[in-house]
Parts: sequence; C-alpha cells; structure tokens
Amino acid sequence: MSSIDLTWVIGGPQGGGVETAANIFAGACAGCGLKVFGKREFYSNIKGEHSYFGVRVSDKIVRSNVSGITMLVGFDAETIFRHADAVFDDGAIVYESDLSAIKTDEVHTLDAQFKKRLEIYLSSKNKPFTIQGALDAAKERGVTLYPVSFKEILGNLSDETNNPKMRGMFRMQNVLAVSISIGLLGLPPETLLKSVGSVFSRKAEVAEMNKTAANYAYNFSTVKYSKFKYQLSPIPKEDHIMLAQGFQSTSLGKIACGCRFQSYYPITPASDESVFLESNEIIEVENNRPGSTLVVQTEDEISAIGMVIGASLTGARSSTSTSGPGFSLMAEALGWAGINEVPLVLTLYQRSGPSTGLPTRHGQDDLQFAIHAGHGDFPRIVYASGDTEEGFYDTAKCFNFADIYQIPVIHMMDKFIASTVSTVKRFDPTKITIERGKLLQKIDEPDYKRFRPSPDGISPRSRLGLENGIFWNTGDESDESGHISEDPENRIYKMDKREHKMELALEQIPKEDQAINYGVSDYCILSWGSTKGPILDAIEMLNKAGYKVGFIQIKMLHPFPTKYIQSMLTGVKKIIDIEANQYGQMGSLLNEYLDRKVDYYILKYTGRPMTCDELFDSIKKIIDNKAEKKQVLKYGV
Amino acid sequence: MVSNVADYKTEVHNDWCPGCGDFGIVSAIQMAMAEMEIPRHKAAIFSGVGCSGKTSHYLNVYGVHTLHGRVLPFSQGAKLANPEMTVVAVGGDGDGLGIGAGHFVAAGRRNVDMTYLIFNNGVYGLTKGQASPTLKLGLKTKSLPEPNVNQSVNPIALAIASGFTFVARGYAYDVRQLKDLIIAAIKHRGLSFLDVLQPCPTYNDINTRDWFSGMDNIDEMTNKPRPRIYKLEDVGYDPVVHIDSPAEENEKLTQALIKSNEWDSKIPTGIFYQNDIAQSYDQRMLERIPNYLENPPAYQEISAGGKSISDISKMLDKLEI
Repeated sequence: MSSIDLTWVIGGPQGGGVETAANIFAGACAGCGLKVFGKREFYSNIKGEHSYFGVRVSDKIVRSNVSGITMLVGFDAETIFRHADAVFDDGAIVYESDLSAIKTDEVHTLDAQFKKRLEIYLSSKNKPFTIQGALDAAKERGVTLYPVSFKEILGNLSDETNNPKMRGMFRMQNVLAVSISIGLLGLPPETLLKSVGSVFSRKAEVAEMNKTAANYAYNFSTVKYSKFKYQLSPIPKEDHIMLAQGFQSTSLGKIACGCRFQSYYPITPASDESVFLESNEIIEVENNRPGSTLVVQTEDEISAIGMVIGASLTGARSSTSTSGPGFSLMAEALGWAGINEVPLVLTLYQRSGPSTGLPTRHGQDDLQFAIHAGHGDFPRIVYASGDTEEGFYDTAKCFNFADIYQIPVIHMMDKFIASTVSTVKRFDPTKITIERGKLLQKIDEPDYKRFRPSPDGISPRSRLGLENGIFWNTGDESDESGHISEDPENRIYKMDKREHKMELALEQIPKEDQAINYGVSDYCILSWGSTKGPILDAIEMLNKAGYKVGFIQIKMLHPFPTKYIQSMLTGVKKIIDIEANQYGQMGSLLNEYLDRKVDYYILKYTGRPMTCDELFDSIKKIIDNKAEKKQVLKYGV
Repeated sequence: MVSNVADYKTEVHNDWCPGCGDFGIVSAIQMAMAEMEIPRHKAAIFSGVGCSGKTSHYLNVYGVHTLHGRVLPFSQGAKLANPEMTVVAVGGDGDGLGIGAGHFVAAGRRNVDMTYLIFNNGVYGLTKGQASPTLKLGLKTKSLPEPNVNQSVNPIALAIASGFTFVARGYAYDVRQLKDLIIAAIKHRGLSFLDVLQPCPTYNDINTRDWFSGMDNIDEMTNKPRPRIYKLEDVGYDPVVHIDSPAEENEKLTQALIKSNEWDSKIPTGIFYQNDIAQSYDQRMLERIPNYLENPPAYQEISAGGKSISDISKMLDKLEI
C-alpha cells in the first residue's frame, strides 16, 4: 500500500458547526492511528461569515497544509464558490444538492474582490455564475461530484427512528457531512461514532442523537455511492498520542510549570489560553493540597501586565497572554518590569497587523516589536516556539529564564499554532524542570538590599511579605535599595548590571535551546516559529526530488545567538530567510548580527499560513537559480 | 509587639515643597500602620507617578512606585496573589482620575480588599501646574494660560457609581481624622477609597489651606472665618448599609451621591458610604477556589527537587485519542 496523504476541507457559515465537524473528522482519523494536521480559518465575525477547516491526514507525520483539496465538503453555497477551484483534478466534492441553482449574486457574504475573480474564472470556462457552473467547471477537470440531499436524509432518518423532531434538525448536517465523507473514504464506522461521542461528551442525549445520525449517514454513503478513488485505512496506533489544539500547549505548560497567576484582556487568538486556564483553575498537586491558578480578566492589557507585575513581586509565577494590539498597550509596563528586574512571561500569540489588521488570521508580525517594545534600553528574552509540542516545553523554559535572569520573557506563538489541531505525542511533564533562580524563601541578614551587587550581576530576590526583605521599586532609576537615584555612577552600575544578564543568558542557555540545526548544506534556510512545519515538510519533498537544503530554526531571537548561528553557517553558500511577514523581520536580525547578508527571502503576509508545496516550489526555484531575491507567497482563501 | 510611628519612616530625603499637603498624608499613613501594628513586611504601599508617587519611598514597608495611572493594576495583582498583605495604593487625582480612570472604574467593580488614597489637589504639580481632572470648570490656577475648559470629575460620586464599598474623604491638614479614616478603610473588607483634599501650595492658588478654612468668608457677627470643611459625623450622617436589602443599599448610595455634590461653601469629610455586606473579590474567589486564602498564588508549592509537582495527567488523558 502506498502512503496516504490527503486533505479534507469542510466549510460553512461561522457558527454553523464547521469546527465541530472538523473535530469529529480529525478524531475519527486519529482514532485509526492516522496522523492529522488541521487548520481553522475564519473571519472576525460571530455568525454568518464563511469559515472553513482543513484537515490533512496521513500515515506519516504531517506538519503543514498543502495547496489544494482532496475532498471538499460543503453544505452551503459559499463553500463551493470559494473552494471548488482548489479541489485537485482527481479530488471530490460532497455538497448539498439543493444548492445547484444558487447564483453568485445571491451569496451576500462573497466579497466584491473575490466575486469578481470567481466570475472572470467562470466566464473563461464558459460557465454560468451558479453553483452548478462552479461544479461543472470542476467536473470537467476530472473532479468527482457527490450530491447529497441532507434534507432527504433527515426526513428518512426521522421516519426510521420515529422521531419527528429529526426532520428539522439542520444543525446536524455537519455531522451527516462528516459521516458521509468517512464512508466515502473507507474508514470503519466505530472510530467515527467514538469521535462523535467524545465531541458531544457534555450532553449524553445530544451525543446519542448525533451518533444515530452519523451511523445512518455513514451507511447511506457506503450503500449509495461508489468508493472514492483515495481510501483511508487504519494503521497500528502508537501509544499516547493526543489530538491537541496549539493553544492548549502553552496552557498546559503554564499549569505544569507552576504559573499560578494569569491576567488577560480578551483578544483573538490569545484568550483561548486564559479561558482554558480558568476552566482548569483547580490543580491537583502530588502529595499536597490542591493548588490553583488565579485567572483575572482585566479592563485592558495595561491592567493585565500591571497585575502580572504586582503578582510576580509576591513571588508567584505570573503571566499574561495577548496578541499584537494588546502587546502594544503593554509596552510601557514591560520597561517597568525591565528596570525593576521583575520576572514575567508574556505569551504573544501573533496575528496579522498592523493595527487590527486581519484580526483572525495568521502572521509573524511582531518579532521586531517584541525585541524593541518599550522605551529605553533594558534586557529581555524573546523566545519562539515552532509548533504545539514545543509550545508546552518552551513555556516551562520561558518561566525558568524569567526567574533565573529576573527579566520579562516574551514567548512568541502565533495564530497558526493556536488554531492548529494535530496529533502530537503526549506531553511529558517529567521532562520539564523548574528553576527559580535567586528567589529567596527566607532572609536572615538585617540589611538586605534588593539590587545589591553580586558576581554575576543577579541579586537575590525578595518577595512582598518576606520578613527582613523589604525593598522598594520605582520606574525611575534607583539605588541598591530601590530608592530613586539620578547619580551618574549609579546609573552606569544599574544599566550595566541589567544588561549583563543578556551575556549570561547567551552563555548559560544550552545551545540546543537557542537554535535547532536540522542539517546544513550549500543552501540553508533560516527561520523561526511556526514556519517550522511547512519547512520540514517542504524539505522532505525537496529531498525526494533530489534537492538538498539545510535548515536552522532560531528559537532565541533576543539576545541573538550570533556566534552560534555564525558557526553553523560555515560553508553555507546561500542563506534563505523564510517568515510570515512583509519586512523579513528575522532577516533584518541576520543582516544586523551576522557577518553576511540574507541571499533570498520567502515571505507571506496574506494572513494564511504557508503550505509545504508553495515552499517546495519557491525553494526549488532558488536552487535552480531561477528565483528573484524575494518571493512572496499567496496560496489560501 | 508595640509599633512606633518612627519604625514606618525611611531616611529618604523628602523633596516635596514646604507646606505641601502630602506631608500630612504620609504621616497619617505611618500613624495608622503603627496604631494597627501591622508588621512592616506584611504591608505594601503602591504609588502612581507624580509628587504623590514618591510616597512609597518615605514609608518603611514594601514600596512599589509604579507607572503613571497604573497603581491600581499593580497593587491589585499583588493583593490577589498574596492576600495576606495589607495593600495601600496612593496616587494623585490626575494619576487616578485622568490617565488611570479606566482602572478606577474597573477596580470598583472588582472590590479587591485593599485601600486607595487619592491626593486630590486639582493640578498636575510635578509638570508645573496643568489642570487636573478635579479642577472646577472655569478656574484659572496660577500657571494655567487660560481658565480650565473642562468639567471636573467628582471622585466620591465616581467611586460610588463604580462599586467601591467604602468611600470617604479626608483633609491633609487634619491628620488625626485622616489617620482614623485610613484605619477604617484598611479594616474594611473590600475596596476602600479615600479622597484626600490636599492643597498644592505651589500651583493651586485657589483651593488653598486658607480657602478650605474659609479665610475668604468671615462671619461678620463673630469676625471668624467660616470653615468650608465639616465632618459628616458631626451632622448625624450614617453612611453604613446595615441590612442586606436593595432598598437599604439604594438609600445609602443616593444620600452619598447627594452629599458628594456639596462643594464651595460646605465641603463634607468623613465616610460617605460603607457597605460591609457586599462580597469582596477574595470572598467571591472562595466560591470557586475553596482554599484560595490559605494557599494563595504567592505561597503555593510548585516543585520538588526542580521537578513539577502539578499533576496534569487528567487533562492530558482527555486529549489522548
């Protein structure tokens, strides 16, 4: 049997159950031992706008999406209009058969720019501006069409189960659509039903009804339709595989590593993390009474970081989580934490800026801002995770960095990771360590001073409430006790004391935590954050096609590990910078710190994550010496 | 342990202007802490930015001089993480009712068990006397190029509308009364607010010490000034919500709002509103986290031998396929 690798996409109006359907599909596949990588795309809207969820399924590990769809499922017209063209020539479309007469003009949520492009395309194919037109254009390319009347299925189901209510249960069409897909793709019904049960586990009655519907639709599709060209089949299941969404990684990391205070202001895509923490606020603790995370929803992000600082001064591990617009508001307080040497972790789930930008879309837009946010010079660590699994372990590392160096740490995550649902190895909390640096539990000396000089520049840290540990903090420059001082010599002492921690961090933080070397060759990719998955998948494709390319994933972006990166690049002929922003923000760092310049840029700023095949194409172009210095990627609806 | 006022003083040079009302306020805080015998390490004073921001350096307890307008977020975070601390936040009226007004309102809704004092002088002193949010419309203090063009905010009314459960006013030159008010405010379980009238001798040449004592308003019969300041307790005013009923609460809130509008000839001091029945934030937390107060964030054990002791296995089980 050859390797399985297909992409299933379901679309529908926001609030119409698309996410539920995708979770059921992903669960049904993962339950058969398959690896899944799913990604949700949606508008900044509560109900009605188009949202879709793509799930890539394979028997091998997958870390990114592809450009194109193997099976498209749509129970509304917009899904067909928007995605039919992206279905592979040998792919399939499962759709509500009642929709075929709908015209583009009747779908009000189609924006003018897209509608124009679609109509030009349909005209070029001599097709009317209707669903049937779009479907016929696909069919001509070879796409298989599976018309389904969900209304009819519900009617039959209602008769068979003697449940008149069922007839009008259009909300269940998402479950029906998934079940039909699973039938067409040849997976067994058991894992489907199990997945339906677990997605609806909160309400037994609802779960039962959906299971009945799923079972019916599954049988309906296996009887009515011939099997789809591509079939999925179960493979041996590995132990301890989770189906997790990206934001759960930092949430679980925070609970495991002892973050006990989190304040936040609602913002996409960061607030899911805080909501998860609040939903799991009581924490079981080994051989001890229960612990808890105090989660405080604040009036704005200024207050969120202010509270984190206050909480951190008491010795509690404290954190906030936000996205670009919220982080902008936090800049002043970040400097306060810097000058007062207050540890904190700021989890930054980036999205597309500037301003509100594309509020629900992806972007790696805030690297330079994270490095420079706040006025004046002060130390911080900016640390980036590449995927869900890294998110868990890196969260714990970030708290250690914050405690050891007594600085703010900005943990870079993004919307791509946040909303990715994928199969990952169960997180292992025994692999994380908790290092609290020079945090004091007790002070005996009578003349404690918070900022007293010490050989490594890091002073023992008292906490509010500790006897003999009284200190002062101020946003002004201060003396050893923390009282205001404008003395020039003291100023040099304090500034240098703080900045010295950056040298220490570079010396002490293990190299493998600073950057990951996946092998270098003549052409070498340098990147950071969530481009990791698409890059690794693209490299596999390139290797198969006979191309060699190296990859270094930089995790610690500030302080920048110049020497280490430089040493790995010996012998590399061309550097390719890949990132999801317009300026090539990490590329600017490379140009600033390395003794050479970036040779090629591959950038994407449409708000949609990179796919592995668009990266494959653009990297291949570079190696074939056919590429411009800068390529801008565009795939995605 | 008997505490001495001197124990709560630092040796930091005080650079406020001679005659500044701030001196009286710092003394009152020190006296209140001494009288309550609060161990120095169990108290924290947070301050905003401006002249009043320096207050934290003059008190020998944990002192956190925060950012302009942000004293409430910092102090609430500390109190929530370590509820054992006695937390007092101080700041100017520009700090708390201008740049920090959003936090003021949100803090009222939260009702965290701490105390907030506004040093209210009608001007931004440290930046040379611009109009602050409490300066009355049309007044032209010394360094204003034009009369104040904005309406003033009423701090007492705003506190009441925002949900503060203890609202009072003191006067910087009546240190004894102020000390008593601070003690009552600290003892109150919930967020207490003290509006402290604090003449700025350098920039506010209108609401001066003499103005408050009525030197411009001499009684012709007695030839004595008619003081503007009076004490609510002297007129039989009862600020306390005695029974847990919306009607009682409404009545007390309404009378406090009416009192808060007195100004010019008669300015009330003392407690305007006190509700000990309303639940404080920590009490609300106890319903969700039963051991919050005995095992708060600041004191939780999170590791043993450098390893995590938080058991997340059930959460991971849920995610497993």
